[in-house]
Amino acid sequence: MSFRSLEEIILQCDKQQKPFWEIILEEDMEERMVTATESIEKMEQLYLAMKHADEVYDERLKSASNLVGGDGARMNQAMVENKTLSGPFISEVIAKALKMGESNACMKKIVAAPTAGSCGVIPAVLLSYEEKYQASRQRMIEALYVASGIGEVIAARAFLAGAAGGCQAEIGSASAMAAGALTYLNGGNQENIAHAAAMSLKNLLGLVCDTVGGLVEVPCVKRNVVGAVNAIASADMAVAGIRSQIPPDEVIDAMRDIGEVLPRSLRETGEGGLAATPTGQEIMNRLIKQ
Amino acid sequence: MAMNVFDIMGPIMVGPSSSHTAGAVRIGFTARQLLREEIKHVKLYLHGSFLATGKGHGTDKALIAGLLGMKPDDERIPYSFQYAKECGLDYEFLGIELRNAHPNSVLIKLEGIKGNKLELVASSVGGGAIMINKIDGVEADISGGYPTLIVNNEDKPGHVSMVTSVLSQKAVNIGTMRIYRDKRGGNAVMIIECDQEVPMEVIELLRKAEGVRKVTYLSMEEKNEF
Repeated sequence: MSFRSLEEIILQCDKQQKPFWEIILEEDMEERMVTATESIEKMEQLYLAMKHADEVYDERLKSASNLVGGDGARMNQAMVENKTLSGPFISEVIAKALKMGESNACMKKIVAAPTAGSCGVIPAVLLSYEEKYQASRQRMIEALYVASGIGEVIAARAFLAGAAGGCQAEIGSASAMAAGALTYLNGGNQENIAHAAAMSLKNLLGLVCDTVGGLVEVPCVKRNVVGAVNAIASADMAVAGIRSQIPPDEVIDAMRDIGEVLPRSLRETGEGGLAATPTGQEIMNRLIKQ
Repeated sequence: MAMNVFDIMGPIMVGPSSSHTAGAVRIGFTARQLLREEIKHVKLYLHGSFLATGKGHGTDKALIAGLLGMKPDDERIPYSFQYAKECGLDYEFLGIELRNAHPNSVLIKLEGIKGNKLELVASSVGGGAIMINKIDGVEADISGGYPTLIVNNEDKPGHVSMVTSVLSQKAVNIGTMRIYRDKRGGNAVMIIECDQEVPMEVIELLRKAEGVRKVTYLSMEEKNEF
């Protein structure tokens, strides 16, 4: 039985005196009738695939619409030249989020986490963390279980697809998952993890899916950056002992409620918001002619 | 919807969209599995969002990739048109307005190198999951996740019991079974999702049975070549 609330996961952590990730691992073993080794190996494959996708980023690629490509390299360059305000760690996260989003738009192999449109958020923060802190493979995989557990609860109580709940359901969920994972890596307990996820999701509530031309390109690629950076800020707040005043599960419910009242034009139809701007329309018309 | 950990994290796939790309590859792949032979000619009628934004999402390339036997994580997907040329797969894309269809739907008309034909309507329902809505014009509504036997026959007494008894003899358990007919004594169809693979000899036996017009089988044993 998959978890329907973060509260329930925290309760199990407390009751069994086990960390968050282990509760999620055991739930997967029960759900799919697999051994711990089988489950962990599968999770490791996903982690390795994220790493590989980051490594093989090709700055020369352009997406089908020609709107996306090369920005990850631009960000890297600014970082190398010490031009960024955000410093080496955050700059690296920004570059990685852009690269993954661009690779996805250019039909390269990525890991949907939880969706293809939001595939840059979790790897951006986890791979950067691993590089900076030389974390073990096992710890990184544990962090992915934490992220998955949060995603599972969001899927059960709300949604993960932009067509269903807007961008808050994709980038918002990815950011909440990433925030929880980072909080775990940075020594936070189950309470801190849940509150990091809650704060992260709260910050992105109401974010609409207004893809230009209906494509997973504009504004999706750069929204991966905001999801990743927001996750770091939320994880830092959580580890500092800052709590969400609205309980985490209620925040997820709010995301569902907001998603349900979003007009159709702002749920991945390529009709409203940025898609409806004169430039958005112009791009759409150009795509149709292509 | 309750999901497991790996429904949330993953799949590993070629971008940009789980519904418009990964799901489209799975539709093509499942269509090929259903035809059970290499495809000579295919017509693809895109509907709704597949038609409107399919090109930008590589839905067209993804469908062809699947028809060539590729999976959603195959890095050759962006170049599938080129592979189709090399394999002698002739394809044509058209637009269509299907009635009561999911926004991400496609009607596929296939012809194999041995002359077998198949027509199906399939849709990509989110996160890479698909539904086969119609097979040869008949409602099917299968996920493509189980070995599935589709028997078209004359609407006469005894066909259902014949099929179920042959399956039970081979220890194949029936998961779900649906039966339709167009009119009394007309064309009937059985759609049976099984827990085990149906042996080829059973399929051959059914094909020879009196009153059986067509037997289509979706195997979960994936073949690179037929």
